[in-house]
Amino acid sequence: MSDVAVTEAELQAYADGLLPAERRAAVEAWLAARPDEAERIAAYRRLALEVRAAYDTMLSEPVPERLALVASRRAPWRRRAVAAGWLVAGAAIGAVGGWQLKPDRPLAQSAPDSTVIARRAAIAHATYSPEVRHPVEVGADDEQHLVAWLSKRLGVKLRAPKLDDAGMSLIGGRLLPGDNGPVAQFMYQSQNGRRLTLYVRTEAARNRETAFRYARENNIGVFYWIDRDAGYALASADLSKDELLRLANLVYKQLEP
Amino acid sequence: MDEAKRLVELIPRLRRYARALVGERSGADDLVQDTMERAWTKLHLYRRGTDLRAWLFTVMHNVHVNRVRAERPSDPLGDDMPELAQRGTQSDALMVRDLDRAIARLPADQRAVLLLVTLEEMSYDEVARTLGIPIGTVMSRLSRAREKLRAMMLGQLPSTKLKVVK
Repeated sequence: MSDVAVTEAELQAYADGLLPAERRAAVEAWLAARPDEAERIAAYRRLALEVRAAYDTMLSEPVPERLALVASRRAPWRRRAVAAGWLVAGAAIGAVGGWQLKPDRPLAQSAPDSTVIARRAAIAHATYSPEVRHPVEVGADDEQHLVAWLSKRLGVKLRAPKLDDAGMSLIGGRLLPGDNGPVAQFMYQSQNGRRLTLYVRTEAARNRETAFRYARENNIGVFYWIDRDAGYALASADLSKDELLRLANLVYKQLEP
Repeated sequence: MDEAKRLVELIPRLRRYARALVGERSGADDLVQDTMERAWTKLHLYRRGTDLRAWLFTVMHNVHVNRVRAERPSDPLGDDMPELAQRGTQSDALMVRDLDRAIARLPADQRAVLLLVTLEEMSYDEVARTLGIPIGTVMSRLSRAREKLRAMMLGQLPSTKLKVVK
């Protein structure tokens, strides 16, 4: 039996349990006649177990946030735009378009328009949320008028979500210029002065929906999504990602028809 | 998109492999991050119906090779690494008793093959496709990697429990 030729590749496959069944008996007989070789292959098997035991803990570890963020579609070109400073990027919209169309970044060509809303919303948040005297154009004391006015200008029926149960009260809203027409911004504030803005714009392409996505633009966290004919972005520099997500869920639920 | 979801699901496995390949945590996560970013930009090149895991590990392999190349012009531990002829002596046993360090001392080409087979439990054919090398090369690298690792680990007392890497 031991004169049946056995190759080194077969011994490796045997160690890995990858040897075809019909060769197993021959290899085992070959090893039985060669204790040194049998010990060598047994050592390979032990080492494989030890290597797995050493590194398998990585499988159950929570994924670090920076990796989870990449996974939530933080395309590199966008990070680059952020690094360059979104205020500059916002002022030079043409330049941003140029980045997106760079031929060596194929994803950017198909980069969803929805990512733009996160940046716009962050810029609007940065501009108006620090305002002490004029954070809004129309105050929440005249909420009915505010909502009717913004709805009329955007051409869709808007609602200002109620977030009082989550500790955020509507303080008012304003009309902003957008890429494809007017945009609405609602502003909320907590008792200790933390602010949150909801940026709403109409979307040309109907029946397009996206999941919640998260972006961070210069310390401003933004959850954004598109639902039918409107795009939403909830932004805050004062709230954690978890708090913001909870609020985004509340907003989403209330805006569902 | 289905592929996007599967990419995310594969992150822990990429981290495990990267941790063993790179030898330390933050460098490993840097590698995973670069891999994920590259994978996003290249996802349109992935052919549906083919093995996404193999594709992703190929992306990681290429990123890793480029990084190593950028860091060091040549691999100091080439295939000509001394076979640790004095194995079994006290000092050698102490030097290489740590499995993690032993793996780090393997030539990079061999280390990749060994880890894909051992950690990812890939078939030799999958390893060949992932690394873009002939299957004969997979077999010879695997064989050499294992023998080196065994040699390095010899002298370690059988009762010594290997530590889980941090």
